[in-house]
Amino acid sequence: MRPGQSGIVVQLQGGHGLVNRLSALGIIPGKRITKISSTLMRGPVTVEVDRARVAIGFGMASRILVQLDKGPTK
Amino acid sequence: MGNPNVGKSVIFSRLTGVRVIVSNYPGTTVSYTRGETKLGEDTAEVIDVPGTYTLEPTSEAEEVALGMLRTGDVVVNVVNATNLERNLYLTLQLLEKGVPVVVALNMWDDTKHLGIDINLDKLRELLGVPVVPTVAVTGEGIKELVENIPKATSPRLPVRSRDERWAAVGSIIDQVQHVTHRHHTWRESLSDASVKPLSGGIMALVVLAVSFIVVRFIGEGLIGYVFDPLFNNLWAPVLMRLSELLQGGGFLHNIVIGRLIGGEVDFLQSFGLLSSGLYIPFAVVLPYVVSFYLVLSLLEDVGYLPRLAVMVDTLMHRLGLHGYAIIPTLLGLGCNVPAVLATRILESKRERFIAATLISIAIPCAALQAMIFGLVGARGAQYVVIVYGTLFLVWIILGVILRLSVRGFTPELLIEIPPYRLPQWRAMLQKLWMRVYGFLAEAIPIILGAVLVINILYFLGVFEAIANFTAPLITNFLGLPKEAVTAVVIGFLRKDVALGMLAPLALSTKQLVVGSVVLAMFFPCVATFVVLLRELGVVNMLKSTGIMIAAALITGGILNLVL
Repeated sequence: MRPGQSGIVVQLQGGHGLVNRLSALGIIPGKRITKISSTLMRGPVTVEVDRARVAIGFGMASRILVQLDKGPTK
Repeated sequence: MGNPNVGKSVIFSRLTGVRVIVSNYPGTTVSYTRGETKLGEDTAEVIDVPGTYTLEPTSEAEEVALGMLRTGDVVVNVVNATNLERNLYLTLQLLEKGVPVVVALNMWDDTKHLGIDINLDKLRELLGVPVVPTVAVTGEGIKELVENIPKATSPRLPVRSRDERWAAVGSIIDQVQHVTHRHHTWRESLSDASVKPLSGGIMALVVLAVSFIVVRFIGEGLIGYVFDPLFNNLWAPVLMRLSELLQGGGFLHNIVIGRLIGGEVDFLQSFGLLSSGLYIPFAVVLPYVVSFYLVLSLLEDVGYLPRLAVMVDTLMHRLGLHGYAIIPTLLGLGCNVPAVLATRILESKRERFIAATLISIAIPCAALQAMIFGLVGARGAQYVVIVYGTLFLVWIILGVILRLSVRGFTPELLIEIPPYRLPQWRAMLQKLWMRVYGFLAEAIPIILGAVLVINILYFLGVFEAIANFTAPLITNFLGLPKEAVTAVVIGFLRKDVALGMLAPLALSTKQLVVGSVVLAMFFPCVATFVVLLRELGVVNMLKSTGIMIAAALITGGILNLVL
């Protein structure tokens, strides 16, 4: 996903803990999210979901599978 | 109760008149506050709790909130109206618990210009509890909220699984909320820029540099134009009169006024109750406390801090922490006590241990920094840079060591970034006042007590004994005169006074630098000590203290060799 792109969350690949924490912030399958930016050296990624901005650690962010608006891939 | 950063504390303040610290970042409130409000004829106790996204806690602060839920009769669920969907998840969880709930739909004013339309009647009907739109910062809707508290009910929804609950939230949203499209505002563009690698990095540096300059400018200004003239022109003559009355010497004279330097009162060196005992808190420390908290409050209320956390996340991971730990660290530059408390926003015990230890070792509080500026700064700005540079290096190196040696893992950053807001001046000044008042109320009795104790111990020759006992370590290893050990001892009471004790010793610049660094690192002051004990437990507190003493001696020894 590039900054500015948006898509629909398809799946959260991870254990119960990860799914719990992400969903608490509204990141659940079926939700539309937009990537705002990422930082250097695998730093956190900022996304927008439901008009709120959330910063997510790189590892966690890479487990969010998104169906991009045009074509698949993450 | 409610999600983080929805304005629970502001509503609490409005309901009870109790002043609490409010800021624009998730995790401002880490503990609970009690207050009272009038419900018609009766008085009700109101409790402000930390925010939480769900009823499954992920941090100490969230556990506090959950614990309080069990004791409450009615829950005022504060909901961010601009982000109804995520907030309703917690609301549904609360409704399943069977506690009576009334919903405060806060930040109601923001929904209008964000193009969000919420059908209140429909929402009330679907939730089955009273829903009151509020604007806590202006006080709108608070009266209606109070009127609705007795009407709080619980529909006792059946307990659902997470996915079912989210589905239920989705269906409510579809029925009550209508969003019209709108353009990006300049604040949002600025918000985006502050988390992008290049512009965000530059912004972080500029913000920190400007903050530092402003803190110094205001601090020095207050000292140079207000407090120094007050003390030198008005207070000094009074003291000299008093000194004459006390015949210029003797036990009482030494305690009240201190030793005269060249026949005059010297506010830094005399060390009497009415000379240094007042000068240190008011004319050296207070100006920096005011200017530091002014700038910090501004950064907090604008909402910049979570963005800074994103920018420093990669660095902080090297220290075994994640980016959000920068917030307790910055608080530590004011006072280590709230900083150690603020580590409750971190998820794991390991992170809390590392963060609290690093803060109490390498982050000098405002009072100590003011003394460093005053004493070391007088010898030249480059020496202040050496002191800060050393502490920063210690922070990094010790962080890396702790990351490698403390078992466990550091969870990844996951935080909500609030929108930028214009600060509410009234609220900000009130917060500044609370913090400054807190400093005065807590520091002045201890400072005066410390000065008194120091003079009595001097008189009894106790310090002499300690100094002789520890002389080999202090003189050979750290290169300080043996009298400096008294400062280290007093450092346990208050570090600003302790550093002040180095003033009359006629130290060389190198000794002063070593002394400042060792004092900053050595032992937490008694207040920090108590919070560390409470927050980390006995074993970890002892570990943390051991690390401190070792680190202080090693760093002091190295400095003594290198400089």
